[in-house]
Amino acid sequence: MRWFDQLRMRVLMLFSRRRATRGLDDELSFHLDRQIAENLAAGMTPDEARYSALRTFGNPGLLRERSRASWSWNGLESFLRDLRYTARTLRRSPTFSLMAILVIALCIGAATSLFTIVRSVLLKPLPFRDPGQLVMVYEHFRGDWANQDGFNYNVVSPADYYDWRAQTHGFKDMAAWRWWQFNLTGERDELPEVVTAAAGTWNFFPLLGVQPALGRTFTESEDHPGSDVVMLTWSVFERRFAGDPSIVGRQIHLDGRPCTVVGILPRDFAYPDATVQAWVPYQSIATPESLRHHDWHGSHVIARLVPTVSLDNAISQVEAVQYREHMQYLNAPVAEDVAPRAISDDLAKDVKKPLILLMCAVACMLLIGCLNVANLLVARGAARQKEVAIRGALGAQRSTLVREQLTESLLICFVGGAAGVLLSLTATRWLAHAWKDLPSAQGIRVDGVVLGFACALVFVAALLAGLLPAISSTGKAVFAALQASSRTTGGSLSRTALRKTLLTVEIGVTVVLLIAAGLLLKSFVRLRTTDVGCTTDSVLTMSYSLPKEKYDKPEKVNAFNESLLTRLRALPGVRAVALGSTLPANSWGGDDVFTISEHPPIRPGAELPDALNRLADPAYFTALGIPLLQGRFFTMQDRDDHGKKVIISNQLARQYFPGENPIGKHLLDSARDKAGLEVVGVVGDTLWQVGQPTKATMYFPLFSGNFENSFGFSLAVRTASGPLAMSVPVQKQIAGLDPQLPVSDVLTFDQVIGGSIGNASFSATLVLAFAALSLLLASVGLYGVLSYLMTQRMTEIGIRIALGARREQVLRLALADGLRPAILGLAFGLAASAAAVRLIQSMLYKTEPFDPAVFALVAAALLLVAAAACLVPAWRASRLDPMQALRTE
Amino acid sequence: MGKPSDLVQGTLDLLILKTLLPDAMHGWAIAKRIQQLSGEVLQVQQGSLYPALHRLEQQGWIKAKWAESETGRQAKFYSLTLAGRTQLEKETANWNRLSAAINLVVSEA
Repeated sequence: MRWFDQLRMRVLMLFSRRRATRGLDDELSFHLDRQIAENLAAGMTPDEARYSALRTFGNPGLLRERSRASWSWNGLESFLRDLRYTARTLRRSPTFSLMAILVIALCIGAATSLFTIVRSVLLKPLPFRDPGQLVMVYEHFRGDWANQDGFNYNVVSPADYYDWRAQTHGFKDMAAWRWWQFNLTGERDELPEVVTAAAGTWNFFPLLGVQPALGRTFTESEDHPGSDVVMLTWSVFERRFAGDPSIVGRQIHLDGRPCTVVGILPRDFAYPDATVQAWVPYQSIATPESLRHHDWHGSHVIARLVPTVSLDNAISQVEAVQYREHMQYLNAPVAEDVAPRAISDDLAKDVKKPLILLMCAVACMLLIGCLNVANLLVARGAARQKEVAIRGALGAQRSTLVREQLTESLLICFVGGAAGVLLSLTATRWLAHAWKDLPSAQGIRVDGVVLGFACALVFVAALLAGLLPAISSTGKAVFAALQASSRTTGGSLSRTALRKTLLTVEIGVTVVLLIAAGLLLKSFVRLRTTDVGCTTDSVLTMSYSLPKEKYDKPEKVNAFNESLLTRLRALPGVRAVALGSTLPANSWGGDDVFTISEHPPIRPGAELPDALNRLADPAYFTALGIPLLQGRFFTMQDRDDHGKKVIISNQLARQYFPGENPIGKHLLDSARDKAGLEVVGVVGDTLWQVGQPTKATMYFPLFSGNFENSFGFSLAVRTASGPLAMSVPVQKQIAGLDPQLPVSDVLTFDQVIGGSIGNASFSATLVLAFAALSLLLASVGLYGVLSYLMTQRMTEIGIRIALGARREQVLRLALADGLRPAILGLAFGLAASAAAVRLIQSMLYKTEPFDPAVFALVAAALLLVAAAACLVPAWRASRLDPMQALRTE
Repeated sequence: MGKPSDLVQGTLDLLILKTLLPDAMHGWAIAKRIQQLSGEVLQVQQGSLYPALHRLEQQGWIKAKWAESETGRQAKFYSLTLAGRTQLEKETANWNRLSAAINLVVSEA
């Protein structure tokens, strides 16, 4: 049982090393005593016996060392000894240690937070069964407009989905879902609220492999128009129903209609979004007619792959079906192709690019931090040159010396890393909360993998920061230090060259970061100041939707809207009120395909004219400040039967009525009305979203009864001052007309625009923060290097001054010395940026990647900061007292 | 054989293992016994004895125990383990083979 004895020895050596050491001492002294006793017995005097015994014994210290060399865990013991020694050294120079630790903590903290988010959003598997086998299937139109971001994956129409499911066999199953919204009203006078909901086919949850926490999912028989069952998500279950399991089986009121709760979804299910509070069957919100439409797109389709059938094979089957549909309905917007996308890409599409950009920025910052610490370590190494030289001369191996120096950088990085991880805990929570666009389908948490990543980062940083200084400070040139006398003026030129190189690289990377930040900031400012096309100052917006149950006739809807408008216009502090379906800069809203009666018919297969559809009350355009270019606005007479009028935007006029007067012509929107709509006016363009080009828009009169499936309205109230202060009076007026009606998205126009460019704002802010930090680090590094240089050259400068050099000349000399690496670094950084900015081109809005203003500004800023950092040491050098300098060692 | 460096490391191990075969002894006794058994030819120096003893202990061929010695003082007694016995046989066979081969070469005319 040799292994057992060996194991026992190893454990003993690990835990009772001190006892073993004492044992060794006792053993050796026992031997010595026996030898002395033998010598005494042989007839020597006590002193002679002792000396003779010691002579044969040899060097006890060496003997002890040799015996101990055979013990196990020797490596660990020497490592711990190095660590203790390093800790003592670091404690003795607190400024250096604290600065280095702080730098590393910031860099590793930032990197860890970002990695946590990247992991949850991009890398972690979704909480479904076999998520690798799930794929989203979208439609794809052929046409140039369909190849840009946002349009290349087109949502699916219900009829297409049903045809795909029935006619293809490539996928195991396909399910569909679409966004919806309900007014959730209380049973016992609780406040009504608007809940974001989703409608999914009966096989949606089984396909994903999601088991309900309570109750059950939908059955096939419940997936029909008019169905009244609902499933709640865990968040609304806890929040509104106090986690009471008895809600399952009871009824809640959605849009005034009683619906039975059949199940509660598990806590960690947050697909597609954490805002979804309720799920209803897919067909329950549709009419039998709308399910047969091939041209009303709004659904997302998820398909599960069969392991034996490849994705291409399955998709080609679907494509064949889709193309057949397209050929069958050539005059309707039916897509030709099908585009699949992995479900994880689907969830992360909005934040993937910004996240990758931020990871690169953090990597740059980490590099700069490590270079800074390396610079500091090189400076320390210079101070210890003689010590290292003596140890080398006495026989220390180079690897031992390098290892000891690496221990120092390892300790700094370890402590910095621990502090950084603590920092990142708060930073991650703040980031996840503040960045609204992040898909939080799994919850963003710091767990084992993230800690492992932080450890790996610590090692990488320690190596990066420590290896170069360690190797350079233990080379052959070090022995020259032993011969260096105090009178030499050369100093150690190789060390200064190394420090200057490190600084140049540091400044170069900083310049890249600064330029990226500058470009992003400019793009963001451009976004923020884009002219939306209407007044956005002091405008309060909110939305509400009138439930079909209570407002079943268009007259009721018109009556509500009319009285609301009258009441609101009478409120003090209200300058104007606009009521419509979707306001400018709010979102896509909806679009319709149309034809122009007076124009020749579109040949089958050609691209169909398409425009956004909007409702507008007669005073809409004046209230929002949208100019009238031709014709007239709507009047109160344009309603009901006389409501077959339309106002078009300038873009529509330019695109589809080139060179002719559109007034008096007729548009045929088959989605709305079979009869033609007369064009009565042309108004100015508005943006449907900041950052996207304007799109042709057509406005229908609010009171024409021309509604779609949902009766959702948006209100814009232009106030005299303080739009948010008006929110309560406005809501009171709405409640006065219908106390059961909840209102959602109460925001000022500025807040709406700010929310829609959240991604850009975030990226720009964070990269700017990283760049500013890097600039600070680089300037501190520059200051340190120049001080060091000046100290090295102190005797030389003293001699120069003594020989008659003027202060200004010395100042110039010092500044030139310090600015040279800065300028080199700037040049290198500009060159690197020229390559790097092309990568962020897709994230810039109305900003050229090679913007000369940004490049020039960054160069000027860097030179200014560098000059400021060099000034103090240069000034000190010029004020040097030559006698002092020459006397100093 | 006065200089300990002449002894190949493995040979010292073999001697120690053989000496410990009958019963447990402390370091001093092992040195004395080897000296005695070899007819005063082999004098093991402390400089090589104790490192060898500690190495053998770490490798599990011998195990140690503190006990009272013949003089009344506490001493560290080493004894052979089972694995040690096997190792001793192996090393003895090795040594025999090696020495026979050397003898063959040296006694060649």
